[in-house]
Amino acid sequence: MTLVPIQLYLILGAVLFTIGAVGVLVRRNVIVIFMSIELMLNAVNLVFVAFARQWQSMEGQVTVFFVMTVAAAEAAVGLAIIIAAFRNRETVNADELNFLRW
Amino acid sequence: MHAAATPVQFLWLIPALPALGVLLNIFVGPRAGRGAVNFVSPAVVGVSFALACYTFMRLLDLPHGAALVQDVYPWITAGTLDVHVAFHIDALSGVMISIVTGVGFLIHVYSTGYMHEDAGYARYFAYLNLFMFSMLLLVMADSLPLMFVGWEGVGVCSYLLIGFWYDKEANASAGKKAFVVNRVGDAGFILGIFLIFWTLGPGTHSLRFTEIAAYASKIPPHTVTVITLLLFVGATGKSAQLPLYVWLPDAMAGPTPVSALIHAATMVTAGVYMIARLNFLYILSPTSMTVVATIGALTALFAATIGLMQNDIKKVLAYSTISQLGYMFLGVGVGAFSSGIFHLMTHAFFKGLLFLGSGSVIHGMSGEQDMQKMGGLRSYMPITCWTFFAGTLAIAGFPPFAGFFSKDAILGAAYGSEHGSVWLWVLGLLAAGLTSFYMFRLLFLTFFGECRIDEHAKHHLHESPASMTMPLIVLAILSLIGGWIGLPEHWLWGDRFGEFLAPIFSGAYASEHLSAGTESVLMGASVVAAAIGFGVAYLFYLVQPGLPMLLAWKAKGAYNLIFNKYYVDELYDLLFVRSTLALSTFFWRAVDSEVIDGLVNGTARVVNANGGLWRRLQTGNVQHYAISMLLGAVVILGYYALR
Amino acid sequence: MILLGLGLLVMLMMLSLAGVVAVGGIALASINLGHVVFALLASLMILSALGVIVNRSPIRSALSLVVTLFLLAVMFVSLDAHLVAMLQIIVYAGAIMVLFLFVIMLLNLHEDRPAMVRVGVRGFAGLVGTLFFLGAVHFLMRPLGALPAAGAVPPGFGTIEQLAEQLFTRSLLAFEVTSILLLVAIVGAVVLAKRKLA
Repeated sequence: MTLVPIQLYLILGAVLFTIGAVGVLVRRNVIVIFMSIELMLNAVNLVFVAFARQWQSMEGQVTVFFVMTVAAAEAAVGLAIIIAAFRNRETVNADELNFLRW
Repeated sequence: MHAAATPVQFLWLIPALPALGVLLNIFVGPRAGRGAVNFVSPAVVGVSFALACYTFMRLLDLPHGAALVQDVYPWITAGTLDVHVAFHIDALSGVMISIVTGVGFLIHVYSTGYMHEDAGYARYFAYLNLFMFSMLLLVMADSLPLMFVGWEGVGVCSYLLIGFWYDKEANASAGKKAFVVNRVGDAGFILGIFLIFWTLGPGTHSLRFTEIAAYASKIPPHTVTVITLLLFVGATGKSAQLPLYVWLPDAMAGPTPVSALIHAATMVTAGVYMIARLNFLYILSPTSMTVVATIGALTALFAATIGLMQNDIKKVLAYSTISQLGYMFLGVGVGAFSSGIFHLMTHAFFKGLLFLGSGSVIHGMSGEQDMQKMGGLRSYMPITCWTFFAGTLAIAGFPPFAGFFSKDAILGAAYGSEHGSVWLWVLGLLAAGLTSFYMFRLLFLTFFGECRIDEHAKHHLHESPASMTMPLIVLAILSLIGGWIGLPEHWLWGDRFGEFLAPIFSGAYASEHLSAGTESVLMGASVVAAAIGFGVAYLFYLVQPGLPMLLAWKAKGAYNLIFNKYYVDELYDLLFVRSTLALSTFFWRAVDSEVIDGLVNGTARVVNANGGLWRRLQTGNVQHYAISMLLGAVVILGYYALR
Repeated sequence: MILLGLGLLVMLMMLSLAGVVAVGGIALASINLGHVVFALLASLMILSALGVIVNRSPIRSALSLVVTLFLLAVMFVSLDAHLVAMLQIIVYAGAIMVLFLFVIMLLNLHEDRPAMVRVGVRGFAGLVGTLFFLGAVHFLMRPLGALPAAGAVPPGFGTIEQLAEQLFTRSLLAFEVTSILLLVAIVGAVVLAKRKLA
């Protein structure tokens, strides 16, 4: 039940990615920023799977496997950092977590 | 000057040994201790002296007028200039190196005693050895540039040694004054070298003396005059003649052995040596010769008048040196080059003796230098006293001491040479009389007469140690016999010294021009002048001590003028020093502080401001960075999309 | 909450998607079940994605994200990636999002105040996002043909056996390195979040 042109999947992926990117840029709550990043990763996963189906090669799905693993690791460490920063500054506002400011 | 040149390989050792002494004193000296330094420093000079004697022996073996040469290394090869570091020992330089190393050695030995309480002994001997090195370079050089290196080197060393006790500002200023005045002279010297190079014409030039001599006759006469006058300016600076003599009296601020070495025996004579070396140029310009002789005679008289009234023992000797140098220039100025060098040699003996003797007195008097506080030292310091007496007889020109023969040769030449004149002779004679007077004044005030020493100093009064008295004795002997190699022509073996140096001075005045009768008259006149000086001094200072004061009070104006050294220092200060200081201050405040510092600091401020601007990019906000990244991705996509 | 730049972006996206669907449908001269499923899934997915970035409360954002992930899993199934779909649910929605929720609740985060949306760069971000989307679309619109029909894939495509075969042969190095990465992440997370002994 397919015969959907692959472009549609690709555009859907682009849409999701852009939504995630805008979320990263606009929201101030670092947790929400993180979630937007996860959204971007998932958009990429979609594109990979679509292409795997197109070329009928399992490599795409293996890549998705790795992306998921890395996303998991990244989420774990990133949230740990957020917790540590929260202990320091009592806030999750990205503006106030400006440790790298001049 | 077509002498045969024999290449040898050992000449470089003569200046190299003192240079080695310098390095040892600087790097090892302070740690090795006083004993080591006191041994090594005179030793290297002593070995140099031995080598100098050996060189002299070799030179005597060669035919008359030959030279020993050694080319050490090619130094400047650029365009038409090809200057080598090379040494050239002929009769003239042979005499010079013997004097320099010999008297230098005696003074090094003397210094071990004189400076034995000073904390900076390693530095002192390093400078002293460096001075020997530079002076040897100067006299052994075979070309003008190398000679100039030595010339500058001795200038630097005199600055270092005059200002040796630099924690007192007066001493440091004296050192500066010496160096700056020397520099003025050196400017003339360097211009002279440039002019020679320029006139030598096409082809590569090494500026060797032999090369210049070969070309000398082709130089246009006016150019020769300019060249020789410029070089003479350098000589007035280095050898303290009018108008650049002002540094030498101030230079007495240095330790007394330094005064002996630099200002009596060696450095100040560099100017005379230079003229003797370049005699072939000076002969070609009668104008320059006249200038040299006149300035020499005037300086001799001028300085002698000032020396009459000084109360500091070293200042008297300083003015005496200026005066005697005037004699040397008078000698070379009238063409009697070998007589000038002869007087240089005898002067090295007796002036060195006089300075070292005064050092002995100062040492015994625990630093007192004012003659008015001395007197009657004969009984406390006998060796010093009698050697000093010998030196005084020599400088006054009493036969058979050395000074008589050399001074008389010069006076005779001044009278008889075609470059000389009666007036020059008269000036010289007057100066001789004054010399005798003030030297005996010094002798009587210091060693004879009533004892005016204050009680405290009397306790410490003692004769100096052997390290100091031995050189005095040696120099006293030399002051007696040193003149005997240059006897007037008809006496015994005649002027052997002059004959030895004759091949170098081809156009020189020969004393055969005077008849025996005239010569005897002239000699008699100088002895009479010396005796009058002695007599008046005896009267003033031993028989009737109140007389000088009376005369001074009666001729107050003249007395004040001469006592204040004719206010020359004040005049120079007004004319030159103040304006230069004002100019320097202007350049410092307006140009250096404002413009140059402004530029440098301004550049820093611009960079700072720029950085301040761009650092605002670092907001610390990751989302700002993320936007830029996305924007960058858009730009790249756009670029490829629109291509 | 939905402000001008974002609104513009959303409109643009919906329009383009609808347009492409229409074009694709017209091109294929028939709309079959596959298209319908796709259109349904896609629109729901977009809505929940917008919900992630738009919600004031972080909890609601997290739950929107979970919905998105579930929908993505369904889409993976429709693309014959069965194992990946299962992993998506188990790992992503099941573990990672749970972690997010734990952290949100640990930090006791409340609704974000209105100031929690950056005022200054909204428009600019929307603009940049739009431009990016347009650029991406330009490149994605290349002739690639249609996806093969269901059943036109090799048997066992997307199953665990085939994935494992790929994983343990051609991608072995990446597999091993990833395991080290996980180890590092474990250690890192523990060290970073540990409360320092005072």
